[in-house]
Amino acid sequence: MPSISRKMAVIAAIALVSACTPGEAEKPVASPGTEASGTVEFWHFFTDREAKAIDTIVADFKASHPKIDVVVKSGQDDTKMLQAIGAGQGPDIGLSYSTDTVGKFCASGAWLDLEQYIERDGVDLNKLPATVRSYTEFKGRRCAMPFLADTYGFYYNKALLPTPPRTLSELTETAKRLTKRKPDGTIERAGFLPLFGFYEHSPSHLGPAVGAKWLNDDGTSAIGSDPAWLELLEWQKELIDWYGYDKLEKFRASLGDEWSADNAFHKGQIAMMVDGEYRIAFLRDQAKDVKFGTAPLPVSDAHPDWYGGGYVTGNVIGVSKTAKNPEAAWELIRYLTTDTGAIVKLANLIKNVPSTTDALAAPGDLGNDPDFKVFLDIFAHPHTSTTPPSAVGPAYEEAFATYLQKYQAGKGGDPGPGLKDVDKQINQLVQLAG
Amino acid sequence: MTTLAQRRRRDRLTVLSFMAPVLLGLLVFLVYPLVASVYFSFTTFDLVNTPRWVGLRNWEHLLQDANVRTAAANTLWLVAVLVPARMLGALATGMLLARFKRGAGLYRTLFYLPALAPPVAATLAFVFLFKPGTGPVNSLLAEIGIQGPLWFNSPDWAKPSLVLLGLWGVGDLMIIFLAALLDVPKEQYEAASLDGANAAHQFRYVTLPNIAPVVLFAAVTGVIQTLQYFTQAAVAASVASGQATTGGGVSSTFGYPEGSTFTYPLWLYVVGFRYGALGYANTLAVVLFVVAAAVTVVLLRRFRSFL
Repeated sequence: MPSISRKMAVIAAIALVSACTPGEAEKPVASPGTEASGTVEFWHFFTDREAKAIDTIVADFKASHPKIDVVVKSGQDDTKMLQAIGAGQGPDIGLSYSTDTVGKFCASGAWLDLEQYIERDGVDLNKLPATVRSYTEFKGRRCAMPFLADTYGFYYNKALLPTPPRTLSELTETAKRLTKRKPDGTIERAGFLPLFGFYEHSPSHLGPAVGAKWLNDDGTSAIGSDPAWLELLEWQKELIDWYGYDKLEKFRASLGDEWSADNAFHKGQIAMMVDGEYRIAFLRDQAKDVKFGTAPLPVSDAHPDWYGGGYVTGNVIGVSKTAKNPEAAWELIRYLTTDTGAIVKLANLIKNVPSTTDALAAPGDLGNDPDFKVFLDIFAHPHTSTTPPSAVGPAYEEAFATYLQKYQAGKGGDPGPGLKDVDKQINQLVQLAG
Repeated sequence: MTTLAQRRRRDRLTVLSFMAPVLLGLLVFLVYPLVASVYFSFTTFDLVNTPRWVGLRNWEHLLQDANVRTAAANTLWLVAVLVPARMLGALATGMLLARFKRGAGLYRTLFYLPALAPPVAATLAFVFLFKPGTGPVNSLLAEIGIQGPLWFNSPDWAKPSLVLLGLWGVGDLMIIFLAALLDVPKEQYEAASLDGANAAHQFRYVTLPNIAPVVLFAAVTGVIQTLQYFTQAAVAASVASGQATTGGGVSSTFGYPEGSTFTYPLWLYVVGFRYGALGYANTLAVVLFVVAAAVTVVLLRRFRSFL
């Protein structure tokens, strides 16, 4: 008898544990022409100046949609949002800062599939550039819409070089030429700081230079099998060896924080770097004396015709599985992501790249800014790429970055087997996530 | 007439009713999460959908996970070095402060103050103080002809730098040691002194036995806290890498430089909340709990033999 009681207790405990986990929920879609109304809660991650810009756009929406009230909560992050959705307390609408979340949110169903709303309302997805379409869906499930974009290109100090390098070998040559060393050999100014992990010098942002591929169609890692990554690593290692890894690390340790006014590019401590379009606003605000230029990423010497592209990512927005008012939520999302006037206004307020072709064609003041125009062109370039959504979020980027920390320090061994090992780690994580 | 048995039963019920709120709290906030965690460790779980049973798959992966090996090695290093260092630092500071008569309150406050700083702010400040090239610590060292190391930017120095940070904020432990030291009866020192005991003997045979419960407490809580070492490692790596990201990629700097500050709880967090593999994260959590419990049991059982 006691053993039966124990078994019953174990079964009851498992049942209790299972019962206290979330289940599926059905979301009906209203008939075409039904006017959405009611209150929706909108969580976003912006703060300060950018949060005010969101408030402005939401006020415009409320003026044109008087039956919908929007409660805006700023400064929210993805982890909190996922936890809230899991607990059944999520917002109606969530805005994420990273496309890394798309795979996770789509695969888990944390965000609703928007296909039925898109079809019902005749939203033309072809007005989104192909790259943007790719990072807002996962395995055919469109659970997100793009909410402006960040585009990464190349910054150079015009006082030191009049025109930017167009290929990786030109970048190497220019970096060496512009580097200044002190008498003891330590670096005083680096032409280009090639360490992965420095500011925005991540493999994601540099990968498009060689057309490197992250994932196979089945979601497994392609890092170890794509020779483009080896090309990038060999180029980077050659430049690191020229500087000396220890000297580079010492130099990096002396530089200011990326997001402060002490940013090394602001201070003239580095002559060139890879960064997002948002850096323009920082430079004009914090380093008025720096004469800078913007350009596409330098590309592989084997493919000079790829020049013009860069890396693109963006904010993504979706309707929570637990949304209390999904119709009104979709109405707000449709406004924020497809209304050209709203997108252009917001892009100009936040200084981000607009994410539809219509808005790109008439980007307002942003298009009159020659430095920003470079990023608009990068965004529309066919060789601009992104990091694909994965069921394990950014796991593939971070597993690779972890290996690269050791590799660039000369401790990673032969990159061939090293990258295969990275593949193995990523694939195991993909399997674990279900 | 109530029988003795009835009275005892009523007494037990009275006691139980007084303890009920605590027992309920333990059941809801300790037993349930613990049982749930063990169950989830055998599932694939994403916080949104019903967990799916996968048997031993998470546990098999644990044995092959290179990140677990790196993270566990770093965490155990911190347990082995940071815990004793903080205990010795707190004891030494406490003994020093116990001797002060004039201005004792001021000195105690000064030494305790760093412990009041929020961990994120304290770590930020500490990394900037030790920033090679621009930080005041290396500038001072340069003044006396010493070339300071790269501190948080060096894979060899990053963990020792975290130990220094732990020592700087030792005030929480110091105040407990100080209270215990001040409680040691003075007569025992006088008697030992009359018997010819020198300072070392007095410390070994008077001080240490008297403060033994506090030492045990410091050891147990220190080990448990260090096994859960997260905030300082995450912030130090992020700030030292120069990439204190405000949005995406918050965990991409974890472990900088070269994985030297990558602790076990950081990996648990990344797996669970960045990669959404909550089932595996629970496996990691269960292991952490078992290790913490085992170390605590060993310390409680064997502690007396160390003194």
